[in-house]
Amino acid sequence: MQSSAVNSSNNKETTRSITFAEAVREALSQEMREDQDVFILGEDIGVYGGAFGVTRGMIEEFGPERVRNTPISEAAITGAAIGSALTGMKPVVELQFSDFITIAMDQLANQAAKLRYMYGGKGNVPMVLRTPSGSGTGAAAQHSQSLEAWVAHVPGLKVVQPSTASDAKGLLKAAIADPNPVIFYEHKLLYKTQEHVPEEAYTIPLGEADVKREGTDVTIVATAVMVHKALEAAEKLAEEGIDVEVIDPRTLVPLDEQTIVDSVKKTGKVIVVHEAVKRGGYGGEIASMIAESEAFDYLDAPIRRLGALPIPVPYNPALEKAMVPQVDDIMQAARDSVHRR
Amino acid sequence: MWSIRWFDEKVDEFFAKGMIHGTTHLCVGQEASAVGVCAMLEDKDKITSTHRGHGHCIAKGADPDRMMAELFGRETGYCKGKGGSMHIADVEKGNLGANGIVGGGIPLAVGAALTSKMRQEGYITVCFFGDGAANEGSFHEAVNLAAIWDLPVIFVCENNQYGMSGPVKDMVKIENIADRALGYGIPGHVVDGNNLPEVMTVMKEAVEYTRNGSGPVLIEAKTYRWKGHSKSDAKKYRTREEEKEWKDKDPIRFFQDALIERGIITEEEADTVKKATKASIERSVEFAEQSPEPSADTLLEDVYA
Repeated sequence: MQSSAVNSSNNKETTRSITFAEAVREALSQEMREDQDVFILGEDIGVYGGAFGVTRGMIEEFGPERVRNTPISEAAITGAAIGSALTGMKPVVELQFSDFITIAMDQLANQAAKLRYMYGGKGNVPMVLRTPSGSGTGAAAQHSQSLEAWVAHVPGLKVVQPSTASDAKGLLKAAIADPNPVIFYEHKLLYKTQEHVPEEAYTIPLGEADVKREGTDVTIVATAVMVHKALEAAEKLAEEGIDVEVIDPRTLVPLDEQTIVDSVKKTGKVIVVHEAVKRGGYGGEIASMIAESEAFDYLDAPIRRLGALPIPVPYNPALEKAMVPQVDDIMQAARDSVHRR
Repeated sequence: MWSIRWFDEKVDEFFAKGMIHGTTHLCVGQEASAVGVCAMLEDKDKITSTHRGHGHCIAKGADPDRMMAELFGRETGYCKGKGGSMHIADVEKGNLGANGIVGGGIPLAVGAALTSKMRQEGYITVCFFGDGAANEGSFHEAVNLAAIWDLPVIFVCENNQYGMSGPVKDMVKIENIADRALGYGIPGHVVDGNNLPEVMTVMKEAVEYTRNGSGPVLIEAKTYRWKGHSKSDAKKYRTREEEKEWKDKDPIRFFQDALIERGIITEEEADTVKKATKASIERSVEFAEQSPEPSADTLLEDVYA
């Protein structure tokens, strides 16, 4: 279900359709127009418009003071955002690739996440770190990872992973309004995906999952690009008589446990799919949460997890594709769950 | 300076008795840089501190009662007993916090300075760090960022000669860390960190420069920590002769003698200050000891705003 804040009365034939990248830009621009304390900083976000074109044109509207082009120095960019957030601003960082979070990890894990708690509740860090993630572009091992489990593990951070343009807009606006540090993952393959996105301002609360497709036979909990693969698998499985429910948590932290649990109680079968390496991936957390919940007694099949193989992302397109779950893998897992005796 | 000296001497004593939990890093011998720097600041100005930060806190106006209570892990402490020695902060009063990560606070100071510039708030931020942190990437990244954006931040390197057991002469190829300022296009100054008036003079100039919008300054205060790095340190990496040599340059005695020589205070007055501050720290200990332990209900509080 879309958030009630999204106006569904718009006639889809007359409303515009924009890309995921444009939706992110629209959220940023609306927030910056609304609140002088919101500003963006990152590498090449000025005239260049960001590595993926998300901030294109923003420097013309907001100027170099609020669209701050930075040197290549992820720790300083992130740390400066934290320090400015701690003193009242609402910075939104763009890190060029989510892999580079590793270079800023002290600032995120040891500083942003913990300052408030360590200081006994004094000081907020209302910052957002946006960053493109995932494979599928041939960028190989240092520009294609999905490391969301790293940050989801750290208490004090919030983690968002939208799968559609309209979700991206509403979630980013909620992330900017949130008084805590939020890591906002944007899958690179989603940037050009297009759909109807309401032009007016709206937010989607962090911690609210979306049922992307209703079904009765098996639940698939999927994130980012995998939401689209799960939906494709669901359409094909419908021809086989398998009715799939697809849930997109949209935020990993906080996680909407209830929506997932309710769905598993309904279908009795669940598959968790993400692009990150399966070992130590966030899917393990979702699977454990289900196993520990009231849904356990409703399970008619083992909880299945699909994730990437435990290898660095390879360059060759066929190898790269073979590393991560595909529609066929999801379909097979669903059949295995449903036909289990 | 005496308050800082007595505070850390007291902490040392309680540590030895096992009455303080965890670890602490004492700044005995380094009082003049904390006091000299903070004396030149206004209330609205901000600081970021280090794991050896008790002196910075006191110099920026923190209440030693609440600091001591924090070290005792009590509810009345600056962090309600959740931070301890390495995380004392008083954000509203401009102390953006001590930091357990060497070099971790340097980018934060730059961010605080960025706020001041963007909102035209007029405050400056002082970023304390040690000689060890000057070799962290965060130092180089943050100083460069502050330099290109002309941010109102003063980087104060307290060179106490050792990064844990690593002598600065073995860890840094150049003689002065302040010389690195040249590489970032900002002014750098070396100052005798045990000489309070000298620290104040250099700092005054830096504050004027930075507050006028000219950008950051790097100050290196050469000093010495009398104690070990932390409680487990047997100080095998340095000689007792070296320690004596620096203790002979005690920043408090130096300043006190200078005041007496010039007839600004009498020996008796100096002695009164010494005794009064000692008694005050004793009262801080009483306050801490009498303060309640945090309730278990607070365990989950303050993770998120």
